Amino acid sequence: MPKRLHPKSLENTIMHYCPGCSHGIAHRVIAEVIDELGIEGKIVGIASVGCSYNNYLYFKFDMQQAAHGRAPAVATGVKRVHPENVVFTYQGDGDLAAIGTAEIIHAAARGEKITTIFINNAIYGMTSGQMAPTTLIGQVTTTSPLGRDTSLQGFPLKMSEILSQIDGAVFVERVSMHDVKHILSAKRAIKKAFKVQMAGLGFSIVEVLSTCPTNWRLSPVDSAKWVEDNMMEYYKLGNYKGAELEV
Amino acid sequence: MPKKVLIKGNEAIGEAIIRAGCRHYFGYPITPQNELTNYMSKYMPEAGGVFIQAESEIAAINMVYGAAGAGARAITSSSSPGISLKQEGISYIAGAEVPAVVVNVMRCGPGLGGIMPGQSDYFQAVKGGGHGDYRNIVLAPNNGQELYELTVKAFDLADKYRVLVMVMADGALGQMMENVEFKDKETPYKIDKPWATTGSGMKRKKNYITSVYINPDELEAVNIRLQAKYKEIEKEEVLFEETDCEGADIIICAYGLAARITRNVMKLAAEESIKVGLLRPITLWPFPKDAVGSLADKTDVIMSVELSAGQMVEDVRLAVNGKKPVHFYGRTGGNLPTQKEILNEIKRVLEKEVK
Repeated sequence: MPKRLHPKSLENTIMHYCPGCSHGIAHRVIAEVIDELGIEGKIVGIASVGCSYNNYLYFKFDMQQAAHGRAPAVATGVKRVHPENVVFTYQGDGDLAAIGTAEIIHAAARGEKITTIFINNAIYGMTSGQMAPTTLIGQVTTTSPLGRDTSLQGFPLKMSEILSQIDGAVFVERVSMHDVKHILSAKRAIKKAFKVQMAGLGFSIVEVLSTCPTNWRLSPVDSAKWVEDNMMEYYKLGNYKGAELEV
Repeated sequence: MPKKVLIKGNEAIGEAIIRAGCRHYFGYPITPQNELTNYMSKYMPEAGGVFIQAESEIAAINMVYGAAGAGARAITSSSSPGISLKQEGISYIAGAEVPAVVVNVMRCGPGLGGIMPGQSDYFQAVKGGGHGDYRNIVLAPNNGQELYELTVKAFDLADKYRVLVMVMADGALGQMMENVEFKDKETPYKIDKPWATTGSGMKRKKNYITSVYINPDELEAVNIRLQAKYKEIEKEEVLFEETDCEGADIIICAYGLAARITRNVMKLAAEESIKVGLLRPITLWPFPKDAVGSLADKTDVIMSVELSAGQMVEDVRLAVNGKKPVHFYGRTGGNLPTQKEILNEIKRVLEKEVK
């Protein structure tokens, strides 16, 4: 059996995430990318509010914890002090697409040389499964118990499409982590997003379609299928901007 | 720039920021502090620093948190309604023990209130403002020179204790032009920040900055440490100015603009053989409670004069602790108390209290 290689940028510890949740995979992929780019010494991450609020305990590099939605503003401060560093935010959908819409839009508009990893699982995981700005139409949550009704609760936000309209955002891609093939392509996108930042080109973001088996009330296996059958239908995977960039 | 210049208060703060070695300013427009943001947009880049006009006061304070967390001296400025928006960030900065400076050029409230000078943010500044058990050092300048010097001092105090320091001016001080001497220190205050998120450079273990502790024992330990630090600050950093208090008929407690008006009242009163003393807190927190408490031994009547409906007077009463009567006089809405009004109030109070 091949030896399981542990990324240097990831602590060898137990994470608190639920079985079948995408956070653990996303953490590992980010850590692998940082290792491969050899930037462990100059990466600074910004943790946000949500299930990943304390991921500075899991990553093995400098991090700063931010208030709900404010990670892009905090990252802006960190990056402007040390422009040579590589700075990223790790944000969920409530954080980025509800309370933090102003911060993400304007970090992108400034062309802030940071990278955002946007975990979109269509629900508020940490607070017990409330409706998120990205909750799908008809999706049942603890605050849309009859399913999201567009006449009452409006429409899910397509953040990659929105952000790709902003000139300062130079690399925008939506990926998924529900199977190995997609995880590998997600890793390529995350690596490119960091490289875009390192080349000083502007703001980069990777939206990651993710699972939340606990709050979706599904098994891990069914959750992966739910991403494919439902989320990928509304949130089309692919590059929205910057595919042509050679970095 | 010549050593002594005629300059607007807001711009004197700007010059202090640059001369304090701060190279990161994050602002958002609001009256009556706009000259400061404008000044920074020109002179900060000239000094090789960073100026960002943020998308909101909330973003600006969080940029300060990021920049200060990464080891830089960082500042934001605003006025009352904008300072309310910053309270979330201020609480986080206190919890994470990141040194930062915030300038509040106060206007009057509540709500959008008005753009004229006020002192009605005293409670917000010294009693918390945001959530949780924390304190900010609060400095209250009363002229252009102090706007300059206390802003420089704010950075030193922030770095010394890893706390947020607020400079509390008001719209009148910010807009007024006065002679200011830009005294530069011989040896700038320098401090290592081994805790900062600078990137490890592979030379040390990771640093992380946070204010969240799910484990109650861990969070209580943080609170105990914070309270110990605040006690130390209360012991070491109290600043006030006492004028003619010995044997005074009445002593006025006033800070900032209200103290300046009171100084003229003292001359007016002297013409009528009324001896008025002045105790001017320069640090609103830590409040000069021993100095204010001992006023009871020096006079029979104490009065707090403020551009508010009565906020600092609560701390004056706590310090005097019932030993002598404490009165209050203030104006709100952006109106300033006139010297005559204050003198009349002094006479009324003395008639009532001194038999």
